[in-house]
Amino acid sequence: MLYVAVATRAFRRYSTYTAATVAGIFTNCVFGIIYSYAYLALWAQRPNAGGYDAVDAVTYVWLGQALLMTVALWGGGATDDITQRIRSGDIAIDLYRPVGLVQWYLAADLGRAAYHLTTRGLAPTIIGALLFDIRWPGTVQAVVGVSIAIPLAVTVSFATRFLVASTAFWLLDAAGPKLLSGVLAMFLSGMVLPLVIFPEPLRSIALALPWASYLQTPADIWLGNRTGWSLLSGLGLQALWVVVLLACCQWVLSAATRKVVVQGG
Amino acid sequence: MPLIVAEGLERSFVVRKRAGRLRRQSAQVNAVAGLDFAIEAGEMVGYLGPNGAGKSTTIKMLTGILVPTGGRLEVAGLEPSKHRTELARRIGVVFGQRTTLWWDLPLRDSFVLLQRIYRTSPARHRANLAEYVELLDLGDLLDTPVRQLSLGQRMRGDITAALLHDPEILYLDEPTIGLDVVSKGRLREFLRTLNAERDTTLMLTTHDLQDIEALCRRVLVIDHGRLVFDGSLPDLHRAGGSARTLVVDLLDEAPPITVPGAQVRRIEGPRQWLSFPADASAAPIVAAVAASYDVADLSIQEPTIEEVIKDLYQR
Amino acid sequence: MAEALTHVTTYRDIAAMWVRSSLAYPVSFATMTVGGLFITGLDFVGIWLMFGTIDSLGGFSLPEIALLYGATGLGIGFADLVVGNVERIGVMVRMGTLDQMMVRPVPLLLQVCADQFALRRVSRIVQTAVVFAWAGTYVDWTVPRILVAVIMVVSGGAIFFALFVMFSCIQFWTTDASEFANAFTYGGNTLTQYPLTVFPQELVKILTFVLPIAFVNWYPCLYLLGRDDPFGLPTWLQFCSPVVAALLLALTALVWRTGVRHYTSTGS
Repeated sequence: MLYVAVATRAFRRYSTYTAATVAGIFTNCVFGIIYSYAYLALWAQRPNAGGYDAVDAVTYVWLGQALLMTVALWGGGATDDITQRIRSGDIAIDLYRPVGLVQWYLAADLGRAAYHLTTRGLAPTIIGALLFDIRWPGTVQAVVGVSIAIPLAVTVSFATRFLVASTAFWLLDAAGPKLLSGVLAMFLSGMVLPLVIFPEPLRSIALALPWASYLQTPADIWLGNRTGWSLLSGLGLQALWVVVLLACCQWVLSAATRKVVVQGG
Repeated sequence: MPLIVAEGLERSFVVRKRAGRLRRQSAQVNAVAGLDFAIEAGEMVGYLGPNGAGKSTTIKMLTGILVPTGGRLEVAGLEPSKHRTELARRIGVVFGQRTTLWWDLPLRDSFVLLQRIYRTSPARHRANLAEYVELLDLGDLLDTPVRQLSLGQRMRGDITAALLHDPEILYLDEPTIGLDVVSKGRLREFLRTLNAERDTTLMLTTHDLQDIEALCRRVLVIDHGRLVFDGSLPDLHRAGGSARTLVVDLLDEAPPITVPGAQVRRIEGPRQWLSFPADASAAPIVAAVAASYDVADLSIQEPTIEEVIKDLYQR
Repeated sequence: MAEALTHVTTYRDIAAMWVRSSLAYPVSFATMTVGGLFITGLDFVGIWLMFGTIDSLGGFSLPEIALLYGATGLGIGFADLVVGNVERIGVMVRMGTLDQMMVRPVPLLLQVCADQFALRRVSRIVQTAVVFAWAGTYVDWTVPRILVAVIMVVSGGAIFFALFVMFSCIQFWTTDASEFANAFTYGGNTLTQYPLTVFPQELVKILTFVLPIAFVNWYPCLYLLGRDDPFGLPTWLQFCSPVVAALLLALTALVWRTGVRHYTSTGS
């Protein structure tokens, strides 16, 4: 199928940067170690903060590092190509192709995410497990739940990044929105601090927003904090955001296409 | 006392190639294998050679960017790689394919910054800038960002940038590459004037023989890292036996054309290729052909550097 | 001495050119600078939120940690502003920009750092200065302590300067691994935001005697806060920041020269 080919090509493209990946894994581990000790100190003071114990907390740190690149939390991924192609005008070629633009780039992004998950996701997690006490998913439903949650997380992230990249159709320079989006993502995904530690009402609001899908939801499934109905509702909310945001992407795309066709790019 | 002296200059690189799945094989490539030459102040020297012959490597060593692996090199009494910054004040470099100007800024800003970097006296800088802006027709372009300039305009900007601090030596690395015929002509005219009026030593690397034709009294030819010729251009043509070709399209097929000074090398139907010595003018031959034959069209082909070198080896 | 002064002026001239260039797009510049305030501030928001559930971390209160945070932030902030562009040296090697710089009569490192000077990086300095000033209201200031504080920020900047340059030099050998330096520069900054008591003693010893980033803020702050060394290490360490900075700078000069020598000896 076409989209599988697109994804595979993206995977292979990213796999050529070996030195960068190794350097990246090293960086992930350094930050993983730093935050692990910081969180251990916090949980030493308050052993049940946010419903987590110390082992949960450290596991969360390493999951954060693992998903940071996979979900392209900070930005980047296939959507950077979009911004570039808008600037150069090549996007017009993409818009006239008889292939869905959103689906195309989503496939590419999933391919990239697969690469990052298997390298900068797996390697730091293993190293984290060797250095600290880590909790692995204990039940079948947790394993299955995580395997669904992560692709959903990547897709929600993709949709958000797509929307940010498309601002370039109107603003020419998407650097500002990208920055803003990155800040929001870092904060509201739970990367800076687990959302479960946030004070109310910030906590509840954050958990309902799309960014919670990036890290908090998959992490809670992994840790076994979301089981049964709670697990399903977590996945459900992710899926809901996928549907809503992808629809937004299509809507923005048609608006952009009209603009390009009418104004000539 | 020559300004530039090279004795037994060598530069080799270690190239790693994949030999099988994991192993790498190292091979030594001699980009420059024993060059000897001396250039006096005020000379205009052409540095010819096919691609990959070692021209850029030589320039890099002359400017101090690359350390030679053997031999001796002296420029303006200094060893370039050891005294790079000191030498930098006295030379100017124009890279044909890359610009030395600041991409996002207006041309004018680049020049201002260069005055500060080279610490040229403001009066001198102003005088030079005024002269070059006029000679190179940059007046309207001074406020344009460099990235919006055409290749020819950028080249003129680069040359100005290289000359503002009154360098003794100007290195030009493939400066006319990609330029149209008119721009090439104007650039050559400018360089001629520069050498005549300011006595700037010019070293021009190129594989366009016409650059050499227009500018250089002396030619160094390098091939596979070795100097195969060092002398004047007429000598080069004589040594290589290089020839220009007159391509004649007659109205009808005819037996080989006979005119003084040219020889028929090839015939295909009504088209004939006549070769004549490279230092001879085409005009009398063209006139003779046109006078005695019914000609539909004519064109002249210049010898390429590859042909010249090939001929050199054959001699 | 006069030589050093001309280098400073040259740096200033080149940097000023880039500032003018970026101010030609005022909206973009403003967005990026304000955005920078938020990005760099995220770390502190995290710490501040942590203190919603606890009163002390590793035995240190929020103002005390804010002091640590501000000090290391100022250090990396100044270093990033002045030399941050050295991270991109791999790109410069690949694009041939380095060759063009070497043909000019200006020291290479100066040109590399002044290139693409980004005034927007001042946002980190502003944000951490605010935090530091707030934390400073909780400090019992004496004249020696003021002196130590000033020296701390200067030395911290110098130490990060050294880290930026030294670890970016790996790009002379492999142009692909620019993120390697991040682990030490930004990693070092993040690490020193926390009181070193949260880390095991062996790690703290390494950060004192092997990779001495503990001197960016930890040791001087112990003096400013009037605290005994929690690991029982000698008190005179608290005044060693400038010495450490000087040693690292000397090492940096060596590493840089080696990198450049490698580049000119092998070409690219």
